[in-house]
Amino acid sequence: MKAGDTLEKVMIEKVDRAMFVRYAGASGDFNPIHWNEDFAKSAGYPGVFAQGMFTAGVLATFLTDWVGESNVRRFRTRFVGQVWPEEQITCRATVESVGEGSAEVKLEVVNAKGERKIDGDATVAL
Amino acid sequence: MSEWHVERGKIWEFARACLNDGDAYNKDDAVIPPTFPRTIAFWTPPGGGERRGRERMDMRRVLHGEQEYEYVRPLRAGDVLTTESSVKEQYEKEGKRGGTMQFVVTETVFRDQSGEIVAYARGTTIQTGKAATS
Repeated sequence: MKAGDTLEKVMIEKVDRAMFVRYAGASGDFNPIHWNEDFAKSAGYPGVFAQGMFTAGVLATFLTDWVGESNVRRFRTRFVGQVWPEEQITCRATVESVGEGSAEVKLEVVNAKGERKIDGDATVAL
Repeated sequence: MSEWHVERGKIWEFARACLNDGDAYNKDDAVIPPTFPRTIAFWTPPGGGERRGRERMDMRRVLHGEQEYEYVRPLRAGDVLTTESSVKEQYEKEGKRGGTMQFVVTETVFRDQSGEIVAYARGTTIQTGKAATS
C-alpha cells in the first residue's frame, strides 16, 4: 500500500428497503424513519431512507475486504446525504499517507450520479 | 454500568446486515466489524450511554452527523466490555432552512474484562430546527 493508491467498488447495485429492516434488527436502531413510510413522510421526507450507520457499515465492509478484518484501527464517517431506496451505492478509498506500521485512508460513498453520501477516513494497520 | 458480552452470533448477524459474509465473522474468535459497537449504543437505557444528551430530541428531526470508532486492539467474540459515556460538547447553529440546529457530541469509552481501555466511540447527533423538506 502506498500513498495515492485507490480502490472503488459498487457495493450495492440497487438499495432495497429490506436492507434497512435487516440492519435495524441487527443493530437495534429501530427509528421508524428508516422503515415506516408514513412516519418518514410525516417528518417531511419523500419516504424511508437508510440508517447512516447502515451505509457506514457497508463502507466498513468495503474497507475490511481490502485491508483485512483485524486491521482497522480507526474509522470515521460524516453523513452528508441520505441514501434512498433504488440508488446504486459506490465506495471509494484513497491512501493519503503511509507511516510506521499504519496508513491513513480517505473514504467516500457516492451514488450513480456522483452525489456524496458519506465522507470519511480511517487508520489501518499494515 | 452494565457488562456487554461480545457474542459470535451477534457479530455474524451484524456483519451480514452490513452485506459482509466473510468467514472472519463466523468463528469462535470472530473479530468485530468496525461499526459493531453501534449495537451496544442501542441497548443502553434511554438517556444513558451514547444516548446521553438526546433525551428530549424529536426523532422526526434527528440526524446522525458523524460517527467515529477508534480501537486500541481488535475486539473479538468473548470480550466482555463495559462502557462509560459523556457529553463532550453541545452547541447550536442557525440552519440553512431556518430554525436552530442543536448538536450533541458524545464520547463512549470501552473497557475490556481486565479493565483496559480498548476502544472509543465518538458521535455527533443533530436536531434540525424544522422537519425536513426535501
